[in-house]
Amino acid sequence: MKEALTGGPPRVAVHNNPKFRSAFYQIVVLAVVLACAYAFAVNASANLRAQGFASGFGFLGNTAGFGINQTLIDYSETDSYGRVFVVGLLNTLLVAIIGCVLATVLGFIIGIARLSPNWLIARLGGVYVETIRNLPLLFQILFWYLAVLGAMPGPRNSIGLGLQPILAGIGDGAAALGLPGADAFRSLAAWIGPPDVYLNNRGVILPRPLLGDGFEWVAIAFGLAVLLAIVLRIWARQRLDATGKTFPTGWAAFALIVGLPGVVLLALGVPIGFEHPQLRGFNFVGGVRLIPELVALLFALVTYTAAFIAEVVRAGIQAVPRGQSEASQALGLKRGLALRLIIVPQALRVIIPPLTNQYLNLTKNSSLAVAIGYPDLFAVFAGTTLNQTHQAIEIIAITMAVYLAISLITSILMNWYNARSNRRFER
Amino acid sequence: MKRAIFTLGLAIGFGLSVAPATAQTLKKVKDRGSLICGVSQGLPGFSNPDDKGAWTGLDVDFCRAIAAAVFNDPAKVKYTPLSSKDRFEPLKTGEIDVLSRNTTWTLSRDALFNFAGVNYYDGQGFIVRKALKVNSALELNGASVCVQTGTTTELNLGDYFRSNSMRYEVIAFATADETVKAYEGGRCDAFTTDVSQLYSEKLKLANANDHVILPEIISKEPLGPLVRHGDDQWLDVVKWVHFAMINAEELGVHSKNVDESLKSNMPEIKRLVGTEGNFGEQLGLTKDWVVRIVKHVGNYGEVFDRNVGTGSRLGISRGINRLWTKGGIQYAPPIR
Repeated sequence: MKEALTGGPPRVAVHNNPKFRSAFYQIVVLAVVLACAYAFAVNASANLRAQGFASGFGFLGNTAGFGINQTLIDYSETDSYGRVFVVGLLNTLLVAIIGCVLATVLGFIIGIARLSPNWLIARLGGVYVETIRNLPLLFQILFWYLAVLGAMPGPRNSIGLGLQPILAGIGDGAAALGLPGADAFRSLAAWIGPPDVYLNNRGVILPRPLLGDGFEWVAIAFGLAVLLAIVLRIWARQRLDATGKTFPTGWAAFALIVGLPGVVLLALGVPIGFEHPQLRGFNFVGGVRLIPELVALLFALVTYTAAFIAEVVRAGIQAVPRGQSEASQALGLKRGLALRLIIVPQALRVIIPPLTNQYLNLTKNSSLAVAIGYPDLFAVFAGTTLNQTHQAIEIIAITMAVYLAISLITSILMNWYNARSNRRFER
Repeated sequence: MKRAIFTLGLAIGFGLSVAPATAQTLKKVKDRGSLICGVSQGLPGFSNPDDKGAWTGLDVDFCRAIAAAVFNDPAKVKYTPLSSKDRFEPLKTGEIDVLSRNTTWTLSRDALFNFAGVNYYDGQGFIVRKALKVNSALELNGASVCVQTGTTTELNLGDYFRSNSMRYEVIAFATADETVKAYEGGRCDAFTTDVSQLYSEKLKLANANDHVILPEIISKEPLGPLVRHGDDQWLDVVKWVHFAMINAEELGVHSKNVDESLKSNMPEIKRLVGTEGNFGEQLGLTKDWVVRIVKHVGNYGEVFDRNVGTGSRLGISRGINRLWTKGGIQYAPPIR
């Protein structure tokens, strides 16, 4: 009896040791899973080879042969499928990034509107959320695409946006009514010249900025201003901790970032020219064009996702106990400061995790672009390229890996931000 | 834990039991009691469901002809509508037995599948609005062109504009309906696809007379049915169903006189209708296989006229799809 108590832990057979058993079973399961994956791979590749399908990634170097209507990098039909992949990826990222930013802004505005004490504004917010989030997204994308296309005139009757058409319109109206001053408006319109922004069913056409000599100095000034703003913020924080005096960091940083490059720009004599779009043949030539597919897709994704973000924001703000704002009032904090220092940081703890979900959803939903002919990764790579090359397994694997990577990177960034905004509660 | 192991065991069992999808398609079809045929999602004249959901068209009649030859019943077909983009994968994996969906015969496709013949010789063209006052495809410099993605059309378009040093903007859609809707909505100046399809889509446009098909044919588009690699017997069956319909037209055997032709003394007709020799049996079918096809579906000329030719709404002339004896290029090897 005495021996048993002093002889350390009782000796147990290896196969009854819980640690060994759990490790053993995990190894067995892993081996079985790997064996399965291997069997599937061997089986698939044997079957494909029997039917004459090559496997491997060599096809990425072959010539694609088809055109793409929006490319952020140079692309032509003679480029390879590998380049098609990059073009599609960039188009997907373009929609995802712009979409997330705009959806966040719109979502915050509507979420706060739903909490407004103003009856009308709160109800409008409610109607927006309940309508938009309850209709299928694909339907909304097609609606915006076909509705916008249907409402727009052809290129030859484009709507010009600028002062000239307005002044000319006023002049014509005045002439029709027999009012004086018609000629003055018309000559003013003629003096201003044709507008540079056009709207038609081929998209929005804008002048293309041409950067002249010395513009790199403006860029350098911008970088310098950002650097200075960061230094300023650190200094202001230290001063606050030491003396309790506040400093309007936000306004100062804004002035720096806008002012410094602005001064350099003026000093150089504004070295920016514009390439003006001109109607030639079927379409406008020159300038930058936003294709309607991009506009409709962004519009649908942003309004749809914003409805969900609005609810996330509302939930987050309502999750902060009322006592917090009462307490900050009791401390004598102004309304803006109370929001910025007390309410929003606590609301963010609730908002950020579901907000991450919405960003991931938006990115994945962007693959619905294929319905309206926007050339995103899914359309040009997992669609056209797959169909031309028949390399289904490789292409689907690459596409899955890309969406997974985008989602994981978004998650990591958002988790980092979440941890950072939570840290202040632990201090 | 036990359950996890059990599930994995099942998974392994499945993994190993997936045998290579090769031969024996004919036996599979006979055992199943029906043919599974991949068709388009709706292309009048080729494969199109009517208001009762019944499929009609040139490509559909080809499926019905195979079913008639195998089962003596043209209705024993299950149709799987497929977009141009997704049409090949189901054939590859064995979900469909034959793809009869206005598909162009090209080298790279033939390297992966087996084409059984050409049931329509087509070419690619353009349709534009009359209001644009364009008379030739060569005047389309700078135009926006709508196209269906995953087609040879998309590649020919690039070739044509490149070889004529013209600029263009391509907007590629997943389905034919979306492509036509975008063209109708004014997104594109021109819509391009095979000419037969242009005729068919033109019928669907709100004001068909406001649109004109340009005269240029910019490519060769031999359309035909195709099957998987690795099953020679099935390829022969599908191939000879096509040849039988052409031979029947050439020998003047059609759905109305096929019963009388059984009494014919002409050796070629006797071999065709199976009163001499065992040609159907050599394919794994019955002696009267051609009689079944012609009685239930008709010969090639009848099928053409009924679906796309002068007897149909499309009203396309036979052109190069006439028999070789009548100035066309439709030709079939002899049955002997």
